[in-house]
Amino acid sequence: MIQFQYERASTAKAAVNALTNNANAKIIAGGTNLVDLMKRNVMAPTKLVDINALPLREIRQQDGKISIGAMALNSQVADDKLIIEKHPLLSQALNAGASAQIRNMASVGGNMMQRTRCHYFYDTALPCNKREPGSGCGAMEGMNRMHAVFGTSEKCIAVHPSDMCIALVALDATVLVTGPKGDRRIPFEELHRLPGNQPEKDNNLQKDELIISVEIPDNSFSKNSHYMKIRDRASYAFALVSVAAALNIEGKVIKEARLAMGGVAHKPWRLKEAEKALVGKPATEETFRQAAEIAMQGAKAYKHNAFKLKLGPNVIVEALKNAAGLV
Amino acid sequence: MNEAFFDKKEYKPLDRVDGRLKVTGAAKYSAEYPLPNMAFAVLVGSRIAKGTIKSIDSKAAERAPGVLAVISHLNAIKVPGYQPKGEHPSEPSTNGQPLRVFFDNKIVSNDQPIVAVVATSLEKAQYGASLVKIQYIKEQHKTDLEANAGDAKLAAAAKKNPKSPTADYDRGQKDAFESAPVKFEAEYVLPTEVHNPMELQSIIAHWEADNKLTVYDKVQGTKMTQKNFAKEWDIPEENVKCIATFVGGAFGNGLHNWPHETAAIIAAKQVKRPVKLVLTREQMFTMVGYRPRTWQKIQVGATRDGKLVAINHQSIGQTSSYEEFTESTLMQTRMMYASPSVSTRYRILPLNVATPIWMRGPGEATGAFALESAMDEVAHAIGMDPIDFRLANYTESDPDKNMPWSTKYMRECYEEGKKRIGWKNRKLKPGEVRDGEWLVGYGMGTGTFGANRGPATVHAELDKEGNLVMHCAITDIGPGTGTAMVQIASNTTGISTDKITFHLGSSEFPNAGLQGGSSTVNSVGPAVLAACNALKEQLITMAAAKGNSAFTSAKPDDLMFNKSELQLGGKSAKTTLADLFKQNNLEKIETTNESKPDENRNKYSMNAFSMHFAMVHVHPFTGQVRVKKIVCCADAGTIVSPKTAESQMIGGATGGIGMALTEDAVMDHRFGRYVTKDLGDYHVPVHADVPDIDVYFVNKPDLLADPVGSKGLGEIAIIGVAPAIANAVFNATGKRVRELPITPDKLI
Repeated sequence: MIQFQYERASTAKAAVNALTNNANAKIIAGGTNLVDLMKRNVMAPTKLVDINALPLREIRQQDGKISIGAMALNSQVADDKLIIEKHPLLSQALNAGASAQIRNMASVGGNMMQRTRCHYFYDTALPCNKREPGSGCGAMEGMNRMHAVFGTSEKCIAVHPSDMCIALVALDATVLVTGPKGDRRIPFEELHRLPGNQPEKDNNLQKDELIISVEIPDNSFSKNSHYMKIRDRASYAFALVSVAAALNIEGKVIKEARLAMGGVAHKPWRLKEAEKALVGKPATEETFRQAAEIAMQGAKAYKHNAFKLKLGPNVIVEALKNAAGLV
Repeated sequence: MNEAFFDKKEYKPLDRVDGRLKVTGAAKYSAEYPLPNMAFAVLVGSRIAKGTIKSIDSKAAERAPGVLAVISHLNAIKVPGYQPKGEHPSEPSTNGQPLRVFFDNKIVSNDQPIVAVVATSLEKAQYGASLVKIQYIKEQHKTDLEANAGDAKLAAAAKKNPKSPTADYDRGQKDAFESAPVKFEAEYVLPTEVHNPMELQSIIAHWEADNKLTVYDKVQGTKMTQKNFAKEWDIPEENVKCIATFVGGAFGNGLHNWPHETAAIIAAKQVKRPVKLVLTREQMFTMVGYRPRTWQKIQVGATRDGKLVAINHQSIGQTSSYEEFTESTLMQTRMMYASPSVSTRYRILPLNVATPIWMRGPGEATGAFALESAMDEVAHAIGMDPIDFRLANYTESDPDKNMPWSTKYMRECYEEGKKRIGWKNRKLKPGEVRDGEWLVGYGMGTGTFGANRGPATVHAELDKEGNLVMHCAITDIGPGTGTAMVQIASNTTGISTDKITFHLGSSEFPNAGLQGGSSTVNSVGPAVLAACNALKEQLITMAAAKGNSAFTSAKPDDLMFNKSELQLGGKSAKTTLADLFKQNNLEKIETTNESKPDENRNKYSMNAFSMHFAMVHVHPFTGQVRVKKIVCCADAGTIVSPKTAESQMIGGATGGIGMALTEDAVMDHRFGRYVTKDLGDYHVPVHADVPDIDVYFVNKPDLLADPVGSKGLGEIAIIGVAPAIANAVFNATGKRVRELPITPDKLI
């Protein structure tokens, strides 16, 4: 770990200023990922801007939406009555991530900003275009069992590790950020990006922008949603494949559907074509199987992750069955 | 044999004598001794798997604040024990030359420690370590077991001695398998597993004088460590002190002295201060041993009605290029079942990796995965219940050694285990039982391990208040050794457990071997027994000499304490300890007693046995396995500490769940470097993976094995668990996974 300066920001503006004034400054919230990365010399910010004192922990109902402060803790959101009642999918996804201890430290904003857990990204003795652009992708021809099957590039096949973000992208959330030029709103689906030629960039935030909150519009999915995560052990492991499924069922017919996958891409992977295939159809296993097939179109496997092409659709079907109450 | 002794006094569950110290943080582990003027060392590992160090640029590190020294082969002081051809002290010895840290510029495995940065704080040492620049000349490395299997060879010990346990073994007819009515053949692979105890390997090295060394060291043998470092530094053994009062788990990785220990000792000598060195979790994968990746092939021939005809079992385990690590992977195949013909072929494959070391259950657990899976597969092939198949091939004596068992109570285990797991709900045909969407399966596996015993010595002191204090060099890596010894002493004397103290974990105390190979209770327990009886002997002599006629013909077994009063043959002896001491003008009496294995070991085959049953749920579409229940049955002789023994079985079963379902140290062979090397990526079971574990002990003494009647427990707790789970997964799904761990991708 290198030596760094530490500053405690008392306002969002001060935090943004600190970022603007130092190209190597990083925000620290819960520190559950950044500190690990610093210990391993994967990231070496020369300044840490601590935003724990900012008043951004509130979860509140506004007109037609719920707003969650960027500093709300993962465990706080997961256990929040309003969230459990209106967006149980988000609560489930949060509880599927990390461990109780980490959820008690990790913030909502930090969860969005966490970096891939690709082995090659973490080991400075191995090549990684994300950590060191131009050094090559270690995973491409290496151990890629955990890696992406959608939206990969020749530079990077890493996946985004979050569970929370899979639920948020399914729930049409919007992220509020502030920066030197003022505030702006980013649809959740556009927050994270695919690796393309710049795998070092995880998302579309500007260097000196700060996440203030995330908003989830009211919806009709609370009765029929499910987050299913398949992993190598029962808890405290990253997803092989995860699926956030939300349905609005009237009678036996699906009126609306939301579907997203984790563990398969460099960003939370929304499945809009599959959603379209669900709408207007009866909520049956047959319908779900057809949607799952559509969802997997364009998937491309590498040496060790071909199983995701089979596991993926199975988990979509199982998540939808659970959402529809068929299990 | 004195069976009556055990009939009279039952061992009751007792809380750990050091439990309070452990849960309140008062227990001191190796890194927790705050010595004055302490310095901190951080190791830098190589980034290639094979080659030489071309250059080390340490200027920036040396200039960094607080850095006291940057030590490498370029400037390390000469270690007297580093004779080019001399036997580097390592015990129990693996054949070869253990890695000599900072000796030369050779790189023999990835993350080999090549530089130590020593500083006034841990953080400063870490920062200094990040500034060291090393250049290498790379050579082509080999780390892939399967790709290099053709280079596997017989161990040197087996070449020298055809009777060596690793030598080729043939019993019965050579081609028996070929002509068997039912022939089964399969290959099994166990990945590299890493011990990963909670406590990181750590040492504080302190040169109290030029030729006087004290180490606070996380090891499984204090006497081993004392001896090794005395040899390494060419100083008298009595000048080396090893303290390991508490050890936070080890599972075998403290059975060897490793390069990081020598690195700390070198550093302490060079900076002339005590030096603390704690490995990182990543270094736990590369610097302190691991369970070697092992490939096995097994052939089983049987009759259609379930009689074994032949078993041929071969294995290849990886080792380093500089030490020949071997383990008893194939030994149980020779004696577990009554097969007239058995052949084993044990091979090792030197690779550019660090040396493995015994990991709980060691080779037997690896071998049992193949043997017990194969037994299940054959039973399935001939349509027989796997327990009936095993019972049809039960060994009434050891067919390998041609000796009777000292004791063997496996039939009791089969019966009790079947009942407790609900074996009657199992269907012969896989995939027949469901619970909702989940497939339900039942499986079992057996295990065995030698009832090992070595010499041990205990010093015991009894004062006039009836406090009994004992000392022994043995370590306690977690099973509850102190608790067990207190219980043996209490049982032998009648003194209540709260008046007995057992001090362990220091080379200053009387001799004991390693805590490994399930030998502690079998070895140290008898020494406790001997010391207690010697104290009683002294009391009897004292009383008789003072004219107390009741004592003249009394034997130690007759004498017991009942609070302050002494009893003979269950009746009051009408005297107290205080009286006796007063009459003899004594404050205390003491004794030192050694206990050693006896000639019974040449007449009987002595083994502990275990049997594990698993009930699993498997999701047919997502491949998730949930172990719903495990029943562990153990024939381990007398259970002297029922509570900690049960905990030990639970821990073993948990390790077995990891072996079966989750643990896998994955290496990228292009670099010869592990990619799963922290507790996030290397999956040990978490609470949610571990179900109710039900433990049954036969609890019948084996007094031929040792006077306590114990046969050992630590290893059999895990041996057979992995195949029990794999067999249950097969019973649930009809899918046979022969390469562990059984992750969801292998079942969809």
